[in-house]
Amino acid sequence: MSEQRIKVLVGKPGLDGHDVGAKVIVHALMEAGFEVIYTGLRQTPESIAIKAREANVDVVGVSILSGSHIPLCRRLREELQEKGLYDKLWIVGGNIPEEDRMVLRQLGFSGVFPTGSRTGDIVSFIRENLK
Amino acid sequence: MTAPPVQQKTKKPRQSSDLKPVINESGIEVKTLYTLEDVIRSGGIDQSPPGEPPFTRGIHSEMYRRRPWTMRQYTGFANAADTNKRFKYLIENGQTGLNVAFDLATQCGYDSDAPEALGEVGRVGMAVDTLRDFEIAFDGIDLDAITVSLTVNGTAAILIAMYLAMAEKRGYDLAKLRGTAQNDILKEFIGRGTWIFPVDSSVKLVADTIEYCAKIAPKYSPVSVCGYHIRESGATPAEEMGYAFCIAKAYTDAALARCLDIDEFAGRLSFNFNIFGNLFEQIAKFRAGRRHWAKIMIDQYKAKDPSSGWMRMIAGGGGFGLTIEQPENNIMRGAYYALVAALSGAQTMALCCYDEAYTIPTPKAQRISLRTMQLLIEEIGLCDTVDPLGGSYYVETLTNQMEDKIVEAMNWVDSVGGIVKAVSDGLIQSKVSEYAYERQKNTESGALRKVGVNCYVERNEEKPDLELHPYDEIGANEQIDSLRKIRAERDNDVVGRCLRALRDDAVAGRNVMPAMVQAVKAYATVGEITDALVGVYGRFVEPTRFS
Repeated sequence: MSEQRIKVLVGKPGLDGHDVGAKVIVHALMEAGFEVIYTGLRQTPESIAIKAREANVDVVGVSILSGSHIPLCRRLREELQEKGLYDKLWIVGGNIPEEDRMVLRQLGFSGVFPTGSRTGDIVSFIRENLK
Repeated sequence: MTAPPVQQKTKKPRQSSDLKPVINESGIEVKTLYTLEDVIRSGGIDQSPPGEPPFTRGIHSEMYRRRPWTMRQYTGFANAADTNKRFKYLIENGQTGLNVAFDLATQCGYDSDAPEALGEVGRVGMAVDTLRDFEIAFDGIDLDAITVSLTVNGTAAILIAMYLAMAEKRGYDLAKLRGTAQNDILKEFIGRGTWIFPVDSSVKLVADTIEYCAKIAPKYSPVSVCGYHIRESGATPAEEMGYAFCIAKAYTDAALARCLDIDEFAGRLSFNFNIFGNLFEQIAKFRAGRRHWAKIMIDQYKAKDPSSGWMRMIAGGGGFGLTIEQPENNIMRGAYYALVAALSGAQTMALCCYDEAYTIPTPKAQRISLRTMQLLIEEIGLCDTVDPLGGSYYVETLTNQMEDKIVEAMNWVDSVGGIVKAVSDGLIQSKVSEYAYERQKNTESGALRKVGVNCYVERNEEKPDLELHPYDEIGANEQIDSLRKIRAERDNDVVGRCLRALRDDAVAGRNVMPAMVQAVKAYATVGEITDALVGVYGRFVEPTRFS
């Protein structure tokens, strides 16, 4: 991954309109030198997977603050697998209680960043896990 | 507005150069000391008494001595019956107004059984599908004694129609009915995100509600313009107010285009602002904003009725200021935020609860917020005199400087083609998100101090876990069952006719409110009414470019 620019999709699935965090992440990733595609609000797991495939991203990230992270990530996993994106790095951020973090990791979202995470940690996580 | 004469030349205070400069969020450099000279140089003191334009000191002459602020905590969850119980609990505890939260499906125009609503029914507020839900939620609550504020935007026209229909059915005289709807769609495009229709059609709907209420329910406040969420999204305090005024002017212009007289509706416009941040900057923001809004109404719109120039406001929240780290600190933050609102002459106050950073507030946390406000009224002496900080060299200077900054923010919006264009093109969204990122970086680096987060951090401190109310699947299914029952029992021919009439009015560009009220009375659903309008107006496509 050294030569090519890392490409990240930041998605907002569901009806949740809290996008301050997602946009902060977009800025942080751009500043880290990544190429970032932001989906905007009200996406479905399907539309996120389609956009990820079309843009051929290395990382699929979703931000969910409504509390619906488990059902949404479960459906997103199906969509990503179906579209052959199982080898990409999947990450999720938002209001995610401790007990749900393992569930999300088991679903394949290896990076789980609850509210209050530092942007630098997310950038390092992506760099380290795409090596 | 004439400045008092300088009585005597005060000695120039020594400015030590070794002190770090202090620049507030709005970009004003704060001096170590303020004197009369600073006040005069910045434009003097507005000598008009409270209750007289331009209302720098307050919109009423006696303010809280006559009546303390309304306390209106944000509540509403699950279904109408549960919400009704919580309302009654809050009223028994001395709350004087209701502030209703709705679930996201209701806010985005989906019925509880729509695929988009899956997992969202009753999650962040009350689920509303039809008029029946309103009938249940407000059962046994005297709508004359308690004013109800509906926190809804994308579907505000529909819920206003439901509220009016419900009140009318219960025998209230609409000519006297009070209440508020948030109904500020322009800010939804900047923050909060419950938009549905494209920007221009959305503004058209707001104008419909203003026009309809002016004629049918003239005491009802159909719009509460929110700087609040713009601030949460990253705007500075001056921008918060400046953008809110641009938005309020857009609705005003749209309403005037309906041949309404400014004094027919301007007095019913209200505002919703945020209170976290530097205490003096916020107080100056409110004093400056109040003065500037009065000038806009009187000088630009030629309003004659003094109440048209009132910047009536709910000041509260402060969600962005709260932290999940050492959450008990949020109780103190809440108390200072309440103090800001009280010193600023807010008409209504609502506080975020200390546990709100990680969960939906418990009844105990809600009671603490309520008691915080009651303490200010009963024990601390905040209601004794009007605008107690008026005349302070610092506050008066800052008030003048903040007004300049507010004007600057408004001029920027004008320079990029006005608020509708700035929002449609995503210019404001991009600007505030950049500032939000700066704020985040500064918090992470420690340049922006946050107690418990980047200073006074306790070693081995256990952060409370993020708690979510478990999703109530049974409650959601009950809501869906009762929705289906209503669909089966209602007269579907009438519903179909009402929805066609609504669509016809939308196509013809007529005010859709009369047809909407008929539709809700026939128990048409939020989703059906939204779909009828989407068929005419289309849906908003969000700009997602970042600079």
